[in-house]
Amino acid sequence: MCSLSNEITYPTVDVDAIRSKINDDSVRLIDVRREEDYNQGHIPNAVNLPLASLLSGDSPESAVKLFEELGIADDTKVVVYDDTFGALASRVAWTLQYIGHKNVALLEVTYSQWKELGLKTSTEKPNIKSTKHSLNLNPEIMATAEYLENAKEKDNVVLIDNRERLNFLEQHIPGSINIPYRTLATDGKILRTKESMRNLLKNRGIPEDAEIITYCGSVGTLSGLAYYALKSIGVPNVKLYVNSFKEWKKLEKPVGKQENAAYWDLSAE
Amino acid sequence: MNLKMAQQLRPSKSASKKPKIDWSRREEADNFAHTVKLYRQGKIDHDNFRRFRLQHGAYGTRMTDDYAMVRIKIPAGQIYPHQLEKIAQLSEMYSIGSAHVSTRENVQLHWVVLEDVSEIMHGLADVGLTSREACGNTVRNVMCSPLSGVCNDEEFDATPYAIATARFLLRNPLNQSLPRKFKFNFSCCEKHGMTRIVDVGLIPQIRKLDDKTMQHGFKIFLGGGLGNKSFVGHQLEDFTPEEDLLYTSIAVLQIFDRIGDRKNMARNRMRYLVNEMGWDKFKNLVLKERTIVRATQSVIIRLNINKKSNEIKRPISVSSENGSIPDGYARWLKTTTYKQKQEGYRAVFVTLESGDITANQLRAMADITKDFSAEGFARNGFSQDIILRYVHESDLPKLYSRLLEVGLANSGSLTMASAVGCSGTSSCNLALTNSHRLAKEIQRKFLELKLDDDDDLRDATIKISGCPNSCGQHEIATIGFFGGGARVGKDMYPNYSMSLGGRFDDKSMLGVTCIRVPVKRTIPVILKIIELYKKNKQSDDTLSRWIDRIVHGNESSEIKSVKDMQKVLSPLVVPPSKDDDPDFYADYGSDTSYHTVTGKGECAA
Repeated sequence: MCSLSNEITYPTVDVDAIRSKINDDSVRLIDVRREEDYNQGHIPNAVNLPLASLLSGDSPESAVKLFEELGIADDTKVVVYDDTFGALASRVAWTLQYIGHKNVALLEVTYSQWKELGLKTSTEKPNIKSTKHSLNLNPEIMATAEYLENAKEKDNVVLIDNRERLNFLEQHIPGSINIPYRTLATDGKILRTKESMRNLLKNRGIPEDAEIITYCGSVGTLSGLAYYALKSIGVPNVKLYVNSFKEWKKLEKPVGKQENAAYWDLSAE
Repeated sequence: MNLKMAQQLRPSKSASKKPKIDWSRREEADNFAHTVKLYRQGKIDHDNFRRFRLQHGAYGTRMTDDYAMVRIKIPAGQIYPHQLEKIAQLSEMYSIGSAHVSTRENVQLHWVVLEDVSEIMHGLADVGLTSREACGNTVRNVMCSPLSGVCNDEEFDATPYAIATARFLLRNPLNQSLPRKFKFNFSCCEKHGMTRIVDVGLIPQIRKLDDKTMQHGFKIFLGGGLGNKSFVGHQLEDFTPEEDLLYTSIAVLQIFDRIGDRKNMARNRMRYLVNEMGWDKFKNLVLKERTIVRATQSVIIRLNINKKSNEIKRPISVSSENGSIPDGYARWLKTTTYKQKQEGYRAVFVTLESGDITANQLRAMADITKDFSAEGFARNGFSQDIILRYVHESDLPKLYSRLLEVGLANSGSLTMASAVGCSGTSSCNLALTNSHRLAKEIQRKFLELKLDDDDDLRDATIKISGCPNSCGQHEIATIGFFGGGARVGKDMYPNYSMSLGGRFDDKSMLGVTCIRVPVKRTIPVILKIIELYKKNKQSDDTLSRWIDRIVHGNESSEIKSVKDMQKVLSPLVVPPSKDDDPDFYADYGSDTSYHTVTGKGECAA
């Protein structure tokens, strides 16, 4: 997992590795921004997959079809980036893993940071030939509401809410702890250094061999980023509660709240 | 000279300035993390842990042991651009995405997971800041007037003395376990500081000696303070030469440490000691102790005063094309800026609603400080505000536009409109009401009615505390409020006790209790007072002077006394029935019926 320059590493890839692989057909870069942003400029040879397109038919079969259209075969090395702290890219990368794709990673920076580094961009769209991808579901990285409800009572399971602090205080899944997604990044990178990520878990008393389930507000983006932050330090058993708090509330499951304090009034928003 | 040439002749843009002093100790962060672990494992008891936590600047949070408030000390209020940026980042990572500027020049991060406090301490160490001794029974942040160095009425700049005092005392064994917290305030002049409402207040003074040399020194006030019971400080002597500043400080701290009350937590600030002993006796004790301190130093100790003046270098304008000036500029200019003694420069007071500022606004303030302040840093003020000094007058329209873009261009920071509110039920264990939100509501109403633009109201103040303790400094406000609960039958509603006529200048006095006002009637009552003033004012009058005459019984119009005022206002404060007006029974920021819940306060811990 060490980051040898010019190698595609997992789960994040450094900028130099991508620069040297831009014209390599065995690597597919996915840009997870809106189409109009992509059209105004993107990393050379990147294809566009707005998160909305993926979510519009979020069945494994429709996901496979989308990735096939982007020219992604079983052995294609995929690298994903966005401009939303890596959260949307994480959700796309996680979906690839969920349908059984082995070789997928996140670019360590966002598109804005890529540009700030003065690196090349392009408005040209690459010519992509559609291909075939198999479907081998990887259910152990996904949590459903039902699974979560049972699992969270167990001693070795930790449930992490990645929404912002005030949202968490107002309502959350009982028994969860809060690590806001902003905590996961560092200056200029979408993820913390491994050392500081380990330190955060250590301070919070979260054992790395626990089963960790992450969730956020609605579709598993912020918690997708947390999934990869945990994977970056090699936590073996991480699951994404992909339908997150929105579904939990819709199912009218119990909700926890920090009572008797008007914390929202401290916000200057 | 044409515009282009003028631009070329300007100095180049200065890089982000770095502070002269690193207040941090990184090992304290690791020690804190370790101690939290021991506490969670039950190896340290609750009281010991609380003392340790407070010593390191982490305060308890309302109704929970899981969260803390981290109070970042900003000595003399001086805060640098990269420090603002770091606090922005820390607020997003570990707090609520907003930070809070306090009335004592600190910056507070609320609702921090206790286990994350050490991460914040590490982040602070990156930029030379500390939260050490920001809470607990220690010498708290040493304050200095945000106008020190630029004030037209000051005799000299007290800032280097404030910084040196903070430096001498931080982590000094002398103040690690005092009977109670201890506060130092330095001012520039009589008007701009709060020297008579703290344990030690200092105003710079120069006197001419017989040999015609000029000697620097201070007027020192001791034993003031606001709280459940408040006192105005006493002046120690006519003139305290600067050489005696440190000896006096040590003497006072030692006396308090030795004979201050360590048992009765509610009455153990130094002001109670002064009050019980009597001022003359206390004064003599201080003078005697100072002689001993001076005579018995084992090593020469002195304050390390860095009098090298800060470099003043006007940043080059990012672009000098003169766009149109946005609406509201004249009002903003009049109500938020102060003409410095330095020709061509102004200090700009950026008002924040109850001191709250978002992470993005903090980042914008960092950039704006770099782009507009010729001294390259900002100063936190006494009124939950941030002051940008050394802004060249010709850059003011541009600064206004920049502040407007990020929602920081509210007018009225130097007027009655910028109400102060403590954190109240938004985070404090002791709070009975949401004073924090009430201050915001009042400020919004004042701005909506353009009352900030009214010269008659300019020198008046509104300050609000959420309980009888005075974190919101209500007792020194022209109109002050502190929160409590009241009831009609079995229905409770939030209620404020209103005082009038408080002030903190050379005629410092505590406000006089007038009437109890239900929270949803506070704004109508304030507006009624203004209306009464307008009706009865003399020519060339101000609201604060009118109220001053009323509280002293010197007013000749229809309202001659506080009692008269009470009578006129009383119809406004009658509670309606709950069926008629359910909103009356709810506090701001809550849609449920009001009830009081409090936890254990930690001011006394």
